[in-house]
Amino acid sequence: MGTFDLLLQGLAAALDPMLLLYALIGVTLGTAVGVLPGIGPALTVALLLPVTYGLDPAGSLIMFAGIYYGGMYGGSTTSILLNTPGESASVITALEGNRMARAGRGGPALATAAIGSFVAGLIATLGLAFLAPWVVKFALVFGPRDYFALMVLAFITVSSAFGDSTLRGLTSLFVGLALACVGIDQLTGQARLHFGVPQLLDGIEVTTLAVAMFAVGEALFVAGRGNGAPDEVIAVRGSVWMTRADWARSWRPWLRGSFIGFPIGALPAGGAEIGTFLSYAAEKRLARHPEEFGQGAIEGVAGPEAANNASAAGTLVPLLTLGLPSTATAAIMLAGFQQFGLQPGPLLFATNPQLVWSLIASLLVANAMLLVLNLPLVGLWVRLLTIPRPWLYAGILLFATLGTIGANPSPVELAMLLAFGVMGYGMRLYGYPIAPVVVGLILGPMAEQQLRRALSIAQGDVTTLVSSPVSAGLLAVAALALVVPMILRSRGRGRVLAQVASDAD
Amino acid sequence: MKRFILGGALAAVLALPALAADYTIMAPAGPGGGWDQTARTMQDALQKEGISGSVQVQNVPGAGGTVGLAQFAASTAGKADQLIVGGYVMVGAILTNNSPVTLKDITPVARLTGEAVAIVVPAASPLQTIGDLVEALKADPGAVSWAGGSAGGVDHITVGLLAKAAGVDPTRINYVAFSGGGEALAAILGNQVTAGISGVGEFLPQVQAGTMRLLAVSSDARLPGVDAPTLAESGYDVVVQNWRMVAAAPGLSEADRAAVLADIEKMAQSATWKEALATKGWADTYLAGDAFAAQLDKEIAATEAVLRDIGLVK
Repeated sequence: MGTFDLLLQGLAAALDPMLLLYALIGVTLGTAVGVLPGIGPALTVALLLPVTYGLDPAGSLIMFAGIYYGGMYGGSTTSILLNTPGESASVITALEGNRMARAGRGGPALATAAIGSFVAGLIATLGLAFLAPWVVKFALVFGPRDYFALMVLAFITVSSAFGDSTLRGLTSLFVGLALACVGIDQLTGQARLHFGVPQLLDGIEVTTLAVAMFAVGEALFVAGRGNGAPDEVIAVRGSVWMTRADWARSWRPWLRGSFIGFPIGALPAGGAEIGTFLSYAAEKRLARHPEEFGQGAIEGVAGPEAANNASAAGTLVPLLTLGLPSTATAAIMLAGFQQFGLQPGPLLFATNPQLVWSLIASLLVANAMLLVLNLPLVGLWVRLLTIPRPWLYAGILLFATLGTIGANPSPVELAMLLAFGVMGYGMRLYGYPIAPVVVGLILGPMAEQQLRRALSIAQGDVTTLVSSPVSAGLLAVAALALVVPMILRSRGRGRVLAQVASDAD
Repeated sequence: MKRFILGGALAAVLALPALAADYTIMAPAGPGGGWDQTARTMQDALQKEGISGSVQVQNVPGAGGTVGLAQFAASTAGKADQLIVGGYVMVGAILTNNSPVTLKDITPVARLTGEAVAIVVPAASPLQTIGDLVEALKADPGAVSWAGGSAGGVDHITVGLLAKAAGVDPTRINYVAFSGGGEALAAILGNQVTAGISGVGEFLPQVQAGTMRLLAVSSDARLPGVDAPTLAESGYDVVVQNWRMVAAAPGLSEADRAAVLADIEKMAQSATWKEALATKGWADTYLAGDAFAAQLDKEIAATEAVLRDIGLVK
C-alpha cells in the first residue's frame, strides 16, 4: 500500500486552506483564459506560468494543475456555446455540443462535459498514480509503425462516423489532408506548398482552421440565410440541469471515454485529439439512437470530453516517468518543473516523491474544484445564448478574430481565418461536413511522418508495417471496422448502416 | 489575446516615464521553448540589474525562427532598442528554407549559452563505444537509424559531420527526424532505432537511470559530471555546439552598437544572469562583438557545406 499512503500524504498536504485558495485561483484563471477561443491550454499555461513563479513549490504546482485543468475545461465551454473550439481536442465537442446548445439544451451539454471531465480526470489521475510504471512500459512498445497503424484505425473509424454521406465525408477528409501538406516537411526539412509565404512554412494552424470553419463559416451561413431562418437559437428549453435520461445516456460514454483517452494520452506521440475522435466514433456505433448524432446527441459530448480530460492526465505519465513532454502543454509544464530545478524523468519518483505525489494530489483537488466552480456557472453561461442573434454572431466573429490574432499576430493568419471561413460557408451551403477537414489536418501529418519513419527505419521494407504484434493487431481491427459494415450492408442487416449507404451520392 | 491586452496595458503605463535604455527582445519562437526562455531570462536579468528600465519580450513563432527574423530585419533598421534571440538552429533553417533574410541582415551582438550534443544507444544495444557505432555505420550506413530533432537541425548536422569524419558518404545516413527531443527519446527507449542524438541535458536523466548508454558528446572538452568521451578524442574531428545568441537591428550607428554591446556585456557578467544559467543548466559560452561575428561566419560556411553534403541544400 506504499502508493496509497503516499497519495494520502499528498492529499493531506494539498488540503491546506492556503493551497486550496491557490487551487481556486488557478482553476478560475485557467477557465477564464481557456474560454477565449483560439487560446488552448498550452498557451494558457504558458501565459500564466509566470504567475506561479513567486510561490513555493507546492503552491506553485497546485496553481499550475488548476490552470492546466481549468484551461482544458474552458475550451469545451466555447466549443459548446459558440462553436469555436479553442484547441484541437475540443473540435469534436463542438459537433454535438453546439447542436445541443442551439436546441436549447446547452445546460445539459455543459453539465455532461463538466461532470464527464471530472469523472475522467478522477479515473485517469488514479490511473496515473497507480499504473504509471506499467502504462509507460506499454507506451514505449509503440514504434513508428504502430503509430501508423493507430492512425489508420482512426482514419477508418472517423471517416465513417461523420456526416450522412460517405462520399462527402471522404471529400472533406481529403481537403483536410491536402491542407496538411502545407509547410516544412518534418523529415527532410523541405518546404511544400508555401507559395513563398514564410508564415505558411509551419503549416496551417489547427485552431485557425477549426475556428474559421466552425465559427466564421457558421456566422456567414447564418447571415447568408437572412431573417427567416428556421432553426432559431433557443436559449434554454426545459431544465438547465441534466435530466434522468441525460444521466442514463452519459455515464457509459464517460467511462468509455476515460478508458479510451487515458492510454492514448500516455502514448508519447499520441495526442489528446485522437482519443476524442475514437471516442466519438465508438459512441456513434454503440448509441441506441445513432440518428441523433449530428443533431445534438449527448453521448457525443460526454464521451469525447471524458476522453479529452483522461488523456490530459495520461500525458503526465510519460512526462513524470520519462521526462517526455508529448504535447505542447506538457512541454510547458516541463518548464514549470525546471523552475524548481526538478528534472522529470526516471529518477523523479525516487528523488522527489513528496513533490510528485503532491502534484498528483493537487490534480485531484483541482479536478474537484473545477466541478464546484463550473456547475453553478452553467446557468450563467447558457444566458450567453439569450443575446439576440446578430449580436451573438458579431461577438463570435470578434472573439474568433481576436483569438487568432492573439495566438499568432500576423496578417497572413487573419487572411487564412477569413479564407477558411468562406470555405466553411461554401461547404455548409453544399452539405459537406466540416469536421473531417479539421481531422484530416490533425491526423494527416502524424500518419505521414510515422509511415515514413517506419519505412526509413526498415530501409523501405513494407512488411515492417505488419510485423509487430501491436501494428498487426491495430490494422486487423481497422480492417474489421472497414469490412464488417460492408458485409452487414450486403446482407441487408443494420438499418443505420444501410441508411448511411443509401445517402451516398 | 490576453498577452496582447496585458502587453498593451503595460506599454501604455510604461510609455509615460520613457527610459533611454528600454529594450524589446523578439523571441522568434513560441512561448516555452529555448529561445523564449533565453529572451525571458535576459529580460529578468536586464531589469533586475538595472541595466534597462523596461524590457518586453515579443514572440513571433515560425519556421526555425526565419519568420521572426524576416519581420525583425524589415521593421527595426537603425533602432538601437530592438534585440532578437537566435541560435544555431536558425543558421540551418535559413539555409534549408532558402530564407531571403539571413543573419547578414541583422547585427550579431553576442553568443550567450550553448549545449553540446550527445550520442546515445538503448541500454540493450550491443554497441558499447562510439567506435562500435561508427564501425556499424561504415559497414552499412542505411542499417544505422538515428533518431534526433528536426531535419537540418543541429542533431542532423552532427550526424552528417560524424559520417564525413569517419569517411562515410553523408547522403547515405538514415536520419529519422522527430519533432523534438521528447519524441525521439521514446523511439530510443523503445528500441525502435539504432542510436539517438540530441542535447546532452535531454538524455542525461535517462543515462543516469541506466536506460540508455551515452557513447560520446560533441563538445571540445569532456563535460564535468558526464562520463563520456568527446567525439574529437575518439578520433573524429567533430565539435558541435547548439548555441544561442542575441543580435541587434541592422544599420546601427557605431555608437549605438557599442552601447548595446556594453549593456549585454554587463548583463552577461551579472550575478542574476550567472545564477539563471546555473539553475537552467545552460553553459556560459559568452563571446561578443567582432570575435563572435567572425566565429558566426565560419559556422555558417561549415553548416552550409555539411547541409550540401547531406543533400538538404542544393
